[in-house]
Amino acid sequence: MKSVPSRRNLITSGVAVAAGASVAGAASQFGLIPPDCGGIFGPGETLTSAAHRLLTGDSLAREFPREKISPKPFAKGEPPSDELFRSHQASGFSDWKLSVDGMVARPVSLSIAELKRLPVRRQITLFVCEEGWSYIAEWIGVELADVLELAGADSKAKYVVYATPKLQRPRYDSVDMAEALHPQAFVTYGMNAGELPIGHGGPLRMRLPRQLGYKNLKYLTAITVTDELSKYGKGRGSSSADGKYSWYAGI
Amino acid sequence: MTVAFLAMLVTGVEIVISHPRFYWGEDGNVNMPALFQLPTPASRGSVPTGYGYVLPDQNGWSRYLHFQAGWVLVITGLVYVLHGWRAGHFRRNLFPAEGELSVGALMDVLKKHLRFERPAEGAPYNILQRLTYLIVVFGLVPAMVWTGLAMSPSFTAGFPFVVDWVGGFESARTIHFFVTVALALFLVAHIAMIIHAGFKSRMRAMTVGVKETV
Repeated sequence: MKSVPSRRNLITSGVAVAAGASVAGAASQFGLIPPDCGGIFGPGETLTSAAHRLLTGDSLAREFPREKISPKPFAKGEPPSDELFRSHQASGFSDWKLSVDGMVARPVSLSIAELKRLPVRRQITLFVCEEGWSYIAEWIGVELADVLELAGADSKAKYVVYATPKLQRPRYDSVDMAEALHPQAFVTYGMNAGELPIGHGGPLRMRLPRQLGYKNLKYLTAITVTDELSKYGKGRGSSSADGKYSWYAGI
Repeated sequence: MTVAFLAMLVTGVEIVISHPRFYWGEDGNVNMPALFQLPTPASRGSVPTGYGYVLPDQNGWSRYLHFQAGWVLVITGLVYVLHGWRAGHFRRNLFPAEGELSVGALMDVLKKHLRFERPAEGAPYNILQRLTYLIVVFGLVPAMVWTGLAMSPSFTAGFPFVVDWVGGFESARTIHFFVTVALALFLVAHIAMIIHAGFKSRMRAMTVGVKETV
């Protein structure tokens, strides 16, 4: 006998599908779905980033008094060995440029001197590596929000991609607009009252104190405002997530 | 739950060997003195271990799985606690029964325990079991979740007391490690006891339900 779905079943499942669709829609709208939500680890990853967004909102990372600054910070990894990077280093990074393009009214290309004319921001925050080590330092730079405003970025765009396309081993990463406009998201050029050392990503490094070290990209040269991550790498939002590390690095 | 715990344990070990040094307080790295260091090679060349080789990096999938298994444990744990509380499981079976906490009674149970006497089928948990389970359920597991969250730079932005109360990020990591050791020891003892008490009957009791004793 062929079973005929009852009207109640039809209504119930219809309502369930509609509710599911609107939950997914709303979740995407409020930035609760990370770009690496696919695969076997997708559910956990989505739960984690969504829970953090809902529970912590735009709260500020802890800031510390000056005397808590670690006397011995640690810089991991070797600086790029590229010819281009070395020549920039030789000229004191005077020609180093940060381009801002994509969904912006006025694409710009900013030198470090130009960045330094924007309002100076400082934060003394804990830098945490996913490996488990950490240090406290003062980061000096500009708010990413100020850079985006200078270029007339469309604040309704979904993502801000930041990258090092000119290096031999280019890397990219991204945050959603809410994270990009967070008041502690900095483009930094200084550390502990000096220039940002090359080992720590100098001349320019993204600083996101609510996320782990690997999300704080070193040697920054390009920022792109976009709705679409699919044209970058494998479309999982960052070099890290294209490899093995999660896009969201808040834990 | 055991599967999720084992997933946490294996991935936790993988993550720890990327930096097998521990510190106390807020900050710590290879340029700073360690509280102690595990005698193991590391999966990162930047950590001085005294071993001449570097293990492969397994942190990517380990971190994904660690947090996914964390969700499984937290959700199952909450269901267990809610159910245990509503069904009176904690009151009846886990909180010490009257008179059980006296020195004489404790010694008696301890003596039986050390003589490896098998408990009668369907016997209630004895006082040692009750205390151990209470410490695990209401002490170690919550401490695990607490110190885990205390290591998240984003979670502690919203809830700074979670990390401040345990003395900083590196303290949280060190406590997380010691509680892991305690829970792993519990699991080993727990499984050894189950096998001692009769593996088949215990498994049936845990999954399908307790066999009625006539």
